[in-house]
Amino acid sequence: MVAGLTVAERQSAITISALVALCGLVMAIAGHDDLMGVHGVIILLCGLGGVFLVLSKYFEPEPSDERLAHYYDDPTKVGIVLALAWGVVGMFFGVWVAALLAWPDLTFDAAWASFGRIRPVHTSGVIFGFGGNALIATSFHVLQRTTRARLPDQFSPWFVLLGYNLFCVIAASGYLMGLTQSKEYAEPEWYADIWLVVVWVVYFLIYIRTLQRRKEPHIYVANWYYMAFILVVAVLHIVNNLAVPVSFGHAKSYSLFSGVQDAMTQWWYGHNAVAFFLTSGFLGMMYYYLPKRADRPIFSYRLSIISFWGITFMYMWAGSHHLHYTALPQWVQTLGMTFSVVLLVPSWASAGNALATLNGAWHKVRDDATLRFMMVAAVFYGLSTFEGSFMAIRAVNSLSHYTDWTVGHVHAGALGWVAMITFGSLYALVPWMWKVDQIYSPKLVEVHFWLALSGTVIYVFSMWNSGIIQGLMWRTYNSSGTLAFSFIDSVVAMHPYYIARTVGGLLFLLGAIVASYNVGMTIRTARARTAPQATGADQPALPGAGPALQPGE
Amino acid sequence: MAEFFHRKLERSAIGFVLAIIGVSAIGGFVEIAPLFTIHETVETAPEMRVYTPLETAGRNIYIREGCYACHSQMIRTLRDEVERYGPYSLAVESKYDHPMLWGSKRTGPDLARLGGKYSDAWHVAHLINPREVVPQSVMPKYGWLMRNELRTEDLGQHLAALRVVGVPYTDAMIANASADAYGQANPDSPYASGVSERYGEATTMRAFDGQPGRLTEMDAVVAYLQVLGRLTDAAHRLPASTAR
Repeated sequence: MVAGLTVAERQSAITISALVALCGLVMAIAGHDDLMGVHGVIILLCGLGGVFLVLSKYFEPEPSDERLAHYYDDPTKVGIVLALAWGVVGMFFGVWVAALLAWPDLTFDAAWASFGRIRPVHTSGVIFGFGGNALIATSFHVLQRTTRARLPDQFSPWFVLLGYNLFCVIAASGYLMGLTQSKEYAEPEWYADIWLVVVWVVYFLIYIRTLQRRKEPHIYVANWYYMAFILVVAVLHIVNNLAVPVSFGHAKSYSLFSGVQDAMTQWWYGHNAVAFFLTSGFLGMMYYYLPKRADRPIFSYRLSIISFWGITFMYMWAGSHHLHYTALPQWVQTLGMTFSVVLLVPSWASAGNALATLNGAWHKVRDDATLRFMMVAAVFYGLSTFEGSFMAIRAVNSLSHYTDWTVGHVHAGALGWVAMITFGSLYALVPWMWKVDQIYSPKLVEVHFWLALSGTVIYVFSMWNSGIIQGLMWRTYNSSGTLAFSFIDSVVAMHPYYIARTVGGLLFLLGAIVASYNVGMTIRTARARTAPQATGADQPALPGAGPALQPGE
Repeated sequence: MAEFFHRKLERSAIGFVLAIIGVSAIGGFVEIAPLFTIHETVETAPEMRVYTPLETAGRNIYIREGCYACHSQMIRTLRDEVERYGPYSLAVESKYDHPMLWGSKRTGPDLARLGGKYSDAWHVAHLINPREVVPQSVMPKYGWLMRNELRTEDLGQHLAALRVVGVPYTDAMIANASADAYGQANPDSPYASGVSERYGEATTMRAFDGQPGRLTEMDAVVAYLQVLGRLTDAAHRLPASTAR
């Protein structure tokens, strides 16, 4: 990590880490009688950790100029590991919150373990921890390969990756302490938001600088999607998080917007976080890893163009479909509904493009669980975007809104699309990154695939059932013209589905643990194999020296 | 022609960046910007009052514990919702809500018209152990609300920040915020008179957690829950509050 940095880069690493530590110190002092002080201490320790990490290796020899002939992949490797770690943590909390709805006393009377506090740990842990790290890691990889240019320097990618993870740690620890601004999927408080903007600007600069150094005339499709992801998420994040802190020593802030304007802004953010964080970024992944793994070109370039601009334009209108029949003006609801329905065109263009790319490679899908992950992801992408457009129709929404159907829909997308395309891409990427012929155990990939698929299916079916039952019970009238069920009747009816959902989530978590083990073992075998060669770099590697080679090498 | 244009565009990184920002900006701008200017967006309710410091503190605890994840505060214009919960929600009712707490999920019932529906004692028992009063409930227990003293010394700063974002708190409200919080939960104390003076005679003043003399987080949360839907009666004054 540090040994690959030049002395100048090591110096900037120390300077930036020291600045982070200083910010932490200021926060710890200013917020000494507020929970913000705890975050100050965490930031201070992270900054100091960075300083000591770099100092401990400061006097190691500089990397040779030969490094410039290779792509810079170290941040990608660390990003993969961090993504898997967050994945397991986030999904663990997911299973826990799911279980809380069936057995509400699993909180042990501890405030931090209460449903309302660990639910955002689950949502942010999975979306931002798992998804975000996977996006950063794969984007660095795809960016360099598709532009045939090395990242512009070696320090800024680390700043983005580690800075982003510091944001995730601040967010998750904050939720457990009760620090939240209650805007769904944008819960972290003002100082975490500001920090994320800094990280994100550097992320954008890496992207644009590398693009400008590219040796390919055209910018490849995957990069359009990654660019849209970086740019639009920045806009959404900044606007939705505009707030006035109580004081600079308080973690608490008050949103600039109130009531109906805040609702519209929040769901403009919330739905486009789906569009540009959970769709655009992962479509970037799909447009690179799926054709690569299938060894087939993209089916239609023109379809990619239509799909890309369609998604970029239309999604931004769709957020108001979260507010049907509310106090939001009717015309805004109608616009949101209309664009949500039309959105099906670009969404299915992408899903269809992905599946058509597999024409001529279906035998590979049968044999290769990694490619099957990507294929199933494309199918779920198609299914959940169809469902999304359907649920945005006002009449359907009157039943589905506020119920578990929405939760089921979200997880069809999150488990079936986002997580599956991520696992598929990571399984493809890991052997390339650690320079081995194949993953440690393709059998375990197969096991993971079936765990993930059965987990997703159980989850989604139980939530469809519970959501539709819930919606119908709320609106059922008996013959005398009064409501047939009390609210608590519907809660009781959910119980078996909540248990089924927990089981589905547990299967998915087990799959993620299997994936982490498999990737971990791949890294171990790769290290064991390269270590002896690295020490005797000037000697030819003797056949038979070191651990036995894998079959097929 | 279009294809030619795109081939040119995808050779320019800056061009692509500008195109993405331009294309994505349209939708949000068309939908959000008018909400701030069109006066019909939010009805007027001149007699609507602001949250007291105690209710603000309670609202912050409600946010802290993530109650919005399971309870909506937005009754839709649907017959069954109006019959189950009360008149549908108006935009003006959340005018002072920074941020709004409309919610997106009802694991528990909607709370937009909760104020006055149950007694304080019911709320206290329900928050300490929901299954004491509703045996089938899946809500977590919030026992620590009764154990934690309420932090009041910085409530003036909270009100001042809320004023910056547009809530009409007066200088007197900000200056007396801590005392008003105490007074609202202790009607026999000398601080009580100022509360009704500043926030209106209709402001509920009592020992919400059942323990006079001690100001707990429970006091604040129950005070907040009891004012839900009661900052204005504009929604009740509508002619027929059935589906539009």
